[in-house]
Amino acid sequence: MSLDYVTTILQGVPMTLLLTFAGLGLGIVGGIPLAVLRQSRIWPVRTLARLVIDLLRGIPIIVWLFIVIFGLGAYIQYDDVTLPVVLGLGLISSAYLAEIYRGGLAAIHAGQFEASTALGMTRLDTMARIVGPQIARISIPAAATYGIGLLKDSSIAFTVGVQEVMYWTNDVARTRSDAIGPYVAAGLLYIVLSVLCAWGARSLGGVLRRRVAR
Amino acid sequence: MSIPAIAPLTFVDDWADAFPDLLPGLWVSIKVTLIALVIGLPLGLLLAIANGARARVVRWLAVLLVEIGRGMPALVMLQLLYFGLPTAGVVLSSFWAAGLGLGLTTAAYTSEIIRGGLNAVPQGEVEAATALNLSRTDTLRFIVVPQGLRVAIPALMGFAILIFQASSLAYTIALPELLAQAYSWGSSSFKYLPVLVLAGLMYAVITIPAGLLTERAERRLSRHL
Repeated sequence: MSLDYVTTILQGVPMTLLLTFAGLGLGIVGGIPLAVLRQSRIWPVRTLARLVIDLLRGIPIIVWLFIVIFGLGAYIQYDDVTLPVVLGLGLISSAYLAEIYRGGLAAIHAGQFEASTALGMTRLDTMARIVGPQIARISIPAAATYGIGLLKDSSIAFTVGVQEVMYWTNDVARTRSDAIGPYVAAGLLYIVLSVLCAWGARSLGGVLRRRVAR
Repeated sequence: MSIPAIAPLTFVDDWADAFPDLLPGLWVSIKVTLIALVIGLPLGLLLAIANGARARVVRWLAVLLVEIGRGMPALVMLQLLYFGLPTAGVVLSSFWAAGLGLGLTTAAYTSEIIRGGLNAVPQGEVEAATALNLSRTDTLRFIVVPQGLRVAIPALMGFAILIFQASSLAYTIALPELLAQAYSWGSSSFKYLPVLVLAGLMYAVITIPAGLLTERAERRLSRHL
């Protein structure tokens, strides 16, 4: 038994990390407007935002990717499926992060809103300068947990042909009589990547929290 | 490049055509989810209890299994069981590979949920049980597990919804579940968009109300707190 397949599988790592970080990055940014709309004082806006969030979270990722790649693919020519997959993962992540931000908002003491109003700050100013930074701080652990989940979920992208870890694993496993080896290796690789990301997130979270905390 | 109009009316027609073909797929998805829960929940409870065992070896083994189960994507687990295991001499049908694979993932995740529930049982009750000369097993059986599981119910319901969603991954191991049925309907009619959207809505029609139910259970069970 040789382990030469390991190098084949490893060449998928950059793509797996790209999908994860691009998807998470889009989600961190896209979650903000979605969370704001979810809190809107106008009820149709609020309801619509809630519906969008629920649909994005309620339909499995693989189904969303199929809708984007095979469903919309009938109308749009994709030169490379990576971009639409990243956008799809980003959209789904936006919904999850919007809910994380909402949880963070609920943790902010009502007195802070009252104090901001008493100081004559607008709603926007209150959000951007008082509440927002604190929500960001509170949301870091949950966002990191979501990011690690996304790292594992990014493996789904192989079903639409993105050349990440699972793609190469399947590619190499198909030609071998000991297919179990590549799959175990891929599993271990994801575990190692998750542990590394969790460790990175923890130290980054520590730095950010120190920077915001007074 | 011309973009054909996506007329809502033809969408509804396609949905009416495809729906009868998708229903058996939905049933397979539900069955796999139930199998995964039946396999995974008892294993999860076992791992949660093993995590609090007095013997260090048992504890470490439980932690190791849980970390492997949570660190490995469910997709890898399914592929490993369906494509990998046969080369080691164990052949599983796609249905059992999916049920077992999702079941093992369920065990790893729910063990952490259940452990949280067990830990939420006040230490004083365990001390009281010891004072009443209850054995460790009886303390677990009559005091800790019934109350701990109750605390864990909302989170377990939430996880069951996730596993139902994850059952769509069994498409990759040739299980004729909802997504596979939708995809095959699409590939024979070349109308992928309407049928995939319909499949998505069929998932949502189950997951969204189930999510609301979970929220309600959470509120009900935390009422006394």
